[in-house]
Amino acid sequence: MLKLLRQSPLSARIGMGIVLLNCLVAIFAPLIAPYGETSVVGDVWEGFCAQFYFGTDHIGRDLFTRMVFGARNTIVLAFITTVLSFGFGSFLGFIAAVKGGWTDQIVSRVVDIIMAFPTLIFALMILSVLGSSIPTLIFTIALLDSTRVYRLSRAVAMDIEVMEFVEAAKLRGEGLWWIIRHEILPNAMPPLVAEFGLRFCFVFLFIASLSFLGLGLQPPLADWGGMVKENAGAITFGIYTPLIPAAAIAFLTVGVNLIVDWFLHLSSGLHE
Amino acid sequence: MKNVLILILKRSGASLITVFIISVIIFIGVELLPGDVAQTVLGQSATPETVEAFRKELKLDLPPHIRYGAWLNDFIHGDFGNSLANGRPVSELIGWRFANTLFLALSTAAIAIPLAILLGMLAAFYRNTLFDKLISTTTLSFISFPEFFVAYILISLLSVKFNIFPSLAIIDEDMGLGSKLYAILLPSLTLTCVVTAHMMRQTRAAIINVLASAYIEMAEIKGIKRLRIIVHHAFPNSLSPVINVIAINLAYLVVGVVIVEVVFVYPGLGQLLVDSVAKRDLPVVQASGLIFSIAYIFLNLSADILSMLSNPKLRQSQI
Amino acid sequence: MNNLLEIKNLYIEGFYEERWHPIVRDISLDLKRGEVLGLIGESGAGKSTIGLAAMGYARQGCRIVSGSINLEGIQLFDATEEDLRLVRGSKIAYVAQSAAASFNPSHRVIKQYVEAPVHHGVMSYKEAEKEAIEIYRRLFLPTPEKIGYRYPHELSGGQLQRAMVAMAMSCKPDIIVFDEPTTALDVTTQIEVLAAVKEITEKMNKAALYITHDLAVVAQVAHRIMVLRNGRLVEEGETRTLIKKPKEKYTRELLNVRALRETKAITDKMDVILEVEDVAATYTGHENVLEDIDLVVRKGRTVALVGESGSGKSTLARVITGLLPAIHGSITFLGKELPGSLKKRKKEDLRKMQMIYQMPDTALNPKQTVRKVIGRPLQFYFGIKGKKAEERIKDLLRKIELDPDIYIDRLTTELSGGEKQRICIARALAAEPDLVICDEVTSALDQLVAEGILDLLQDLQNKTDMAYLFITHDLATVKAIADKIVIMLEGKIIEQGEKKKVLAPPYHEYTDKLLASVPEMDPDWLDNLLNERASTFI
Repeated sequence: MLKLLRQSPLSARIGMGIVLLNCLVAIFAPLIAPYGETSVVGDVWEGFCAQFYFGTDHIGRDLFTRMVFGARNTIVLAFITTVLSFGFGSFLGFIAAVKGGWTDQIVSRVVDIIMAFPTLIFALMILSVLGSSIPTLIFTIALLDSTRVYRLSRAVAMDIEVMEFVEAAKLRGEGLWWIIRHEILPNAMPPLVAEFGLRFCFVFLFIASLSFLGLGLQPPLADWGGMVKENAGAITFGIYTPLIPAAAIAFLTVGVNLIVDWFLHLSSGLHE
Repeated sequence: MKNVLILILKRSGASLITVFIISVIIFIGVELLPGDVAQTVLGQSATPETVEAFRKELKLDLPPHIRYGAWLNDFIHGDFGNSLANGRPVSELIGWRFANTLFLALSTAAIAIPLAILLGMLAAFYRNTLFDKLISTTTLSFISFPEFFVAYILISLLSVKFNIFPSLAIIDEDMGLGSKLYAILLPSLTLTCVVTAHMMRQTRAAIINVLASAYIEMAEIKGIKRLRIIVHHAFPNSLSPVINVIAINLAYLVVGVVIVEVVFVYPGLGQLLVDSVAKRDLPVVQASGLIFSIAYIFLNLSADILSMLSNPKLRQSQI
Repeated sequence: MNNLLEIKNLYIEGFYEERWHPIVRDISLDLKRGEVLGLIGESGAGKSTIGLAAMGYARQGCRIVSGSINLEGIQLFDATEEDLRLVRGSKIAYVAQSAAASFNPSHRVIKQYVEAPVHHGVMSYKEAEKEAIEIYRRLFLPTPEKIGYRYPHELSGGQLQRAMVAMAMSCKPDIIVFDEPTTALDVTTQIEVLAAVKEITEKMNKAALYITHDLAVVAQVAHRIMVLRNGRLVEEGETRTLIKKPKEKYTRELLNVRALRETKAITDKMDVILEVEDVAATYTGHENVLEDIDLVVRKGRTVALVGESGSGKSTLARVITGLLPAIHGSITFLGKELPGSLKKRKKEDLRKMQMIYQMPDTALNPKQTVRKVIGRPLQFYFGIKGKKAEERIKDLLRKIELDPDIYIDRLTTELSGGEKQRICIARALAAEPDLVICDEVTSALDQLVAEGILDLLQDLQNKTDMAYLFITHDLATVKAIADKIVIMLEGKIIEQGEKKKVLAPPYHEYTDKLLASVPEMDPDWLDNLLNERASTFI
């Protein structure tokens, strides 16, 4: 593992640095932030200065503080959602691939239907009916996203399932769980790990977009997408405040994508 | 040809069924509102009489399947009910906004698709060169950026700093095509960046896949010129996968259009949908959600049909 | 001496495991007009690489390091891409192993024929089209006037391979490189392609490089043979001399593959292990892929199930193992009738029937060690764990002739093809079975490695009295190890019996055709066969 890290290209190292930085900020948010998450400490849209590193927001809260807490809220939310979506999607995907027959047919058709909706539209409709709260948000996005995970893990598991070593296990009389756990899962790991990174990016951007539309995390909770929306008016005055949280979102996703790219390159076995 | 026709009919049939199921889901979704729709929408302070009248208006006193039938029938005939927020007919609200969204989406597609294919092909042919790496890095960044980040960068550069384009895409029905195009240039550019990035990366992968085939090696060994190999051997076989790639990435266009409309305050269906979700204006949400879904399914269907038509394995000689 | 092709001191390197390795070392050869040179060797011998290098072509990840390649006075080693392009297809052409992959699926077959001559400026489109039909006729393709106007996926494997031989002829090149052109084909189809090759090299007087792993095949078409191993020349000589008096040990080993082993007699008194009665099976529900299948396997004996692709022999294995339940008929195993479906069978019955597969690469989980692969059946069937299991695993490794201390903790990906197949045998052996179904177990292996596997299987049978149901398309393998032979065609058994009865006259018609199609080490075999067929046709 260490050897692998030492051989990693510059781009992947940058990616890992970015992700690490974001994680540290999220974990130690209360220690880093100079002010309270929701306390008003200055004027509206103050510029960068020693007192407010990133200036202040549209009602005079310290933007740096908001950014730090935003990291915590947004990343944790996206991470929980991705884990949920991943667990659910890959679980069903593996079962469908190994069991086949009716199980596969039914789950696959349901997934087809969900995927026939554009994701954002589906999410908007659910939120309009159920209202926006953190659990609704997590479950809605996890459900929608798990369809993609389902498709991939089913395809990956199908490719492995046709291998003769799986048939050999079936002929030996092994049960469904043993086959999934010992024969399929170890071989499905590389593509699934890469997919986890991609899904995290997608979920993270998706939550940011919903917050930006005012339908994600609700104020006064700090959240990068929402912060862009709150401060959007500043841009026409030539104040770049909304670009800071937007850039932070971009920064983290680029970081994750850089790692995923390296990983895909590794697992595809292309070394040229 | 007959086989292909049957395949196309089957595929279209499947789409029709999907549309039907989606309409049922959208209808049930509203039914599932916790508690009484009328009560929820009107709030706790409403008098029982108002709630009763509202229930009548929504036809909530009838059994669900009859209401679904009536709703679907109305929908097909262009009657989407009345907005809860301002009482105006939904069709009136949706009409020209839908046209606006279509205008924005189509003009973006017209730039993005050819651009993505061109860049994808170039990156595939010159793979592992500096050009390829540059393109790959740029597109990777655009994939990682949220749409509104791209939008605000473009606004702060092109409209605030240099003042070339308007930061708001305001159009009305009387504008000429030229000024309309000028107004939507920034939103369209934003969408193009995002959509092209996704499409281009997968186009590159699809073409590299084709270039690795044994028949390309065979053509090289036959001493065929490189340009002819690309045009005559690689291109026809890339069509089907590339069309697939485009179809998959049209999803980003549909999602992106909603956000871009909000950023640029563009009077489109996406903007309306987001507003209505915030106001919980259900008839508008139902109608615009269904229209978005139908458009999306239709796009996927046409891409699939094109992909089938270009699949050489389905071709048959007339002997 | 007027050589069309002269290669001197050729060195080629390939890039893998992060560095360049030599794959062809110091090879020299020459080729005269009308001469066919056979290049023979196992995988990794570098024969395909040499064939492509003769056209100045190196695959991705390969590079020609040094040497001279002189084609009709043109030096290809340091020629420009444009010069190479002019030579390829027009002066020297190539026939690949897989015609199905080498034809562009988007264009009609004849269009791909016409492409090279038109673009090399040899003849016009119309002329080329006419020639194509003529060559299709000479290569015995059915309806030569029409067949070219089909798309590649509308032709059979053997037809496509012949169409590719025709395509190589399109510019009337002086040299053709045949790279394993019959390897992917059934024996009866192989004859058609070999006849086409013969037609070209002898009647049209072309020079050719014929690359194959099968000495019997190359003996039919080549005047001279070069035996290669690991990129080096082992031995070179006139075909007849080389076959009669090989100088090197390696050549002798290649010549001796599939030596006959002892055949054991079968009597009705012996214990019946498996009895299949009146079995039929289907994949789709309306078309039966198997019908009226009856067969008996007895203790300590080997029954070979022979047939070409599509004969249903592998499907029968799926029915017996319970992966595909039969629609009617019965399978009796050790005196008890087995349920049709795998899920309903008892663990003990599963244990007693084990299977070994064709592809050792996919039959072993790449993420598992040898210890886990062999240890799992021990634990699963007998509950053996820990120290005791380790003892048993080591014991099993010794039985399959692998050193336990070296191999026990290796990942399966760190093994060679032959070693993998041995581990598969050990996995089956661990269950202490009464019947082992061997599905084409030697087809994916190099000949000498396959030979070792057959020896091992025979040896194990002598020691443990296991019964084998040996599924194969290769009659030479059957001759070598079967006690009883069952021949299948289109889902039915057309003949079965003890080996000496089936392989002796009077033959069943199809058996005769199959037997006659297997190339023999005799260089005159193909000529005799073709003459014989021509005379019976007249």
